Amino acid sequence: MTAPVVSVESVSKRFGAVQALRDVSVAFNAGEITALIGENGAGKSTLMRVLEGEHRPDSGRLLVDGRLVQLSSPRAAHGLGIRVIHQEPEIIPELTVAENIFIGDIKARGGLFLDRADLERRSLELLGAFGVVDVLSPRQRCQGLSPALRQLIEIMRALRPGARLLAFDEPTSSLTEDEAQRLFRVIRRLKADGVAVIYISHRLREIIELADRCVVMRDGSRVADEPIAALDEQRMVRLMVGRPVSDLFNRKERTLGPVRLALEDVTTRRVEGISFEVRAGEIVGLGGLVGAGRTEVARAIVGLDPLLSGRMAVGGRPYTPREPADAVAAGIGLVPEDRKQEALLLMQAVRDNVSLVVPDKVSRYGFFSRRRERALVARHVAELRVKTPSIEQAVGKLSGGNQQKVVFARWQARGPAVLILDEPTRGIDVGAKAEIYRLIESLADQGLAILLISSEMPELLGLADRVLVMQGGRISGELPWQEASEEAVLALAMRSGKETIERRVS
Amino acid sequence: MTDTATAGRERAPATLFGRIGAQNISLLIALAVLVAIFGALRPDVFFTPRNLINIGLAVTILGILAMAQTVVIVSGGLDISVGSIVGLSTMVLAVAAQETGSIPAGILAGLLAGLVAGTINGLIIVYGPVNAVIATLGTMSAFRGLAYLMNNGNSIPITGDGLRALGIGTLFGLPFAIWLLIAAMAAFIVFTRETVVGRNIYALGGNPTVARLAGIPIRRYQISIYAMSGFAAAVAGLVLASRTMSGQPASGSQGLELEAITAAILGGCALQGGKGTIVGAMLGVLIIGVLNNGMILTSVPTFYQLLAKGALLILAVIVQERQRARSGE
Repeated sequence: MTAPVVSVESVSKRFGAVQALRDVSVAFNAGEITALIGENGAGKSTLMRVLEGEHRPDSGRLLVDGRLVQLSSPRAAHGLGIRVIHQEPEIIPELTVAENIFIGDIKARGGLFLDRADLERRSLELLGAFGVVDVLSPRQRCQGLSPALRQLIEIMRALRPGARLLAFDEPTSSLTEDEAQRLFRVIRRLKADGVAVIYISHRLREIIELADRCVVMRDGSRVADEPIAALDEQRMVRLMVGRPVSDLFNRKERTLGPVRLALEDVTTRRVEGISFEVRAGEIVGLGGLVGAGRTEVARAIVGLDPLLSGRMAVGGRPYTPREPADAVAAGIGLVPEDRKQEALLLMQAVRDNVSLVVPDKVSRYGFFSRRRERALVARHVAELRVKTPSIEQAVGKLSGGNQQKVVFARWQARGPAVLILDEPTRGIDVGAKAEIYRLIESLADQGLAILLISSEMPELLGLADRVLVMQGGRISGELPWQEASEEAVLALAMRSGKETIERRVS
Repeated sequence: MTDTATAGRERAPATLFGRIGAQNISLLIALAVLVAIFGALRPDVFFTPRNLINIGLAVTILGILAMAQTVVIVSGGLDISVGSIVGLSTMVLAVAAQETGSIPAGILAGLLAGLVAGTINGLIIVYGPVNAVIATLGTMSAFRGLAYLMNNGNSIPITGDGLRALGIGTLFGLPFAIWLLIAAMAAFIVFTRETVVGRNIYALGGNPTVARLAGIPIRRYQISIYAMSGFAAAVAGLVLASRTMSGQPASGSQGLELEAITAAILGGCALQGGKGTIVGAMLGVLIIGVLNNGMILTSVPTFYQLLAKGALLILAVIVQERQRARSGE
């Protein structure tokens, strides 16, 4: 029996407080398609980055053809024939198709000039092999190519001589059904040629159709490695979810008030036909996979993405935001996904960061009243138990959990009617998470209408009164909390359906 | 409501050093070194009251421009058209004074011209959208061209006692222009430190996304900031016109943008925005003023002065970048 093309043995990798990979062992064999599945953050991407030499594991071994290797750089991995095709193709629009395929490996005549004839000959060979000679010409610029064709160029780039292991990271997320089928034919041919293929996808039906074997990851560990014949969609989902719902939450009946936020058939460039209501005192969860359009719903509500059609209302009054300033004025607060890039002025003091949205409460005729400002900020900082030496401390020096509390303190100071939370506990340790959960619950009890976007299932199920699930820019279903299980949410989030794939053209 | 609440009452470090700041301390040292060098080279002239007032007058125009530039840079932008706006506003002042026969009308027209020119910069930058450096590089040429066009490239003499009084008048022994600079400095310090709009400009420059999501109307802010910068350039133009009693399309205003930007960066402005102080910029202005004055007193040829000013700007940016790298921002 020949050794696997690549095998990973007991690999672990930690980033700060997060154990991204925990003692993972997998072998990838020549002529076999191995599917890799798991929830967001389960460790799939980290494993890919280890394979392509981007991250070095803290412990464990990597073997290529049975021999121990050290991947010091992506270049080293590439040289060994390990290629990862990323979700977002990195295509340089100004260059031609041929130049994009062979970038980094373009032969020069006389050591200086582009050898265009050689470039064209080599790319025509590849285009022929994929049967796309009539669609793509080597001399064509890549500007304006469809996502599918860009993806194809990225694949051809990876196929340059010497490919032994090819990993596809969610390749079909930007493809139409027909294009996906064409890609599957290519993958099957690679398999026949003896290449080891890794196929990462959230579309379980595709995996059953294509893969020979399925590896399931959860919380950084490999939890299953089975032949595809032994699995069905339900069992895959159960393996991915696995853990019990944490007991971090106090579930209780909330009394709901009037409708605070209403969306009716809202369509932007990235979401379509979104309709829902959030009542005072209600926490509505927005679930789905990364890229399903949840953040884009938040962007529409706060006036970052213009509405193409549809209507919104806040507190029963029509609401058409042109700028986030309109959202703040209407009483909508946003705790954005990326705290450091979108919420906080890291170099500025806690005081400045909290009082940023309440200029009217801390000033008179445009001039600061420092006394009033300090009193207001100190009160909210104390209420939320932000651990900081003083309110003059630069926010960038606080821990992730305390930074997030500063963002909450900002909105508490403002007192909005609607609060949108986008991944409110991302990058926060468990202790601080529990505090944030208490806070969210108490805000709802105080009568705020809360829209909670989260990729963490326990959080979504533990906090939300009902869960809306998104897929492909649309709401694919709604579950009251009594019926919302991880399996039910995932099933709606991953439901393979032609109707959601179709609108992905353009 | 225990430790955090009491902690909240704490103030920034109260020591003298802490209040002035490390950046400003090093600027004061640089200034002292320059004063010592030129004082030693020309002890007969340098420390005379007349020469010190000369330095003061020389830095009035630069000071106004550098403070406005500081606000622009803090907001994350840059305005390199200010020198041209100075020239343009003196020409508008001269023409309007000539046509109406009224100095106040001329002054009003000159200030208005600066405000309009600055607003044009802002509109181009926001609605183009055009990168601020490129936009104001373009208008730097365009406004200068306009200034030349107003009288075929020639200067226009202004007659009128009102303006002359502004140019040579004194109050408590100090020229009016220096009082104007002091008033402008007080206004800029209060504006940047004590007003909501001032603080929001630091937020805008620090991270425009955060500022926007916090409800700050960033486009309106940007347009107003460039309008303010244009207006400040026109005030500087007014000082220039009162001194020369003429509209000058280029003389006296060429190269001012370079000096203003150098002073702001010397004073601690980060080109990335969000950081910089008026006091720092004014110390930068004094350094440039002493350097200019000293080089003239010690008869350094003009061409070397240009060389030295260019080198100073680049040096200031290098120091800035090193500090940024060290603080790990």
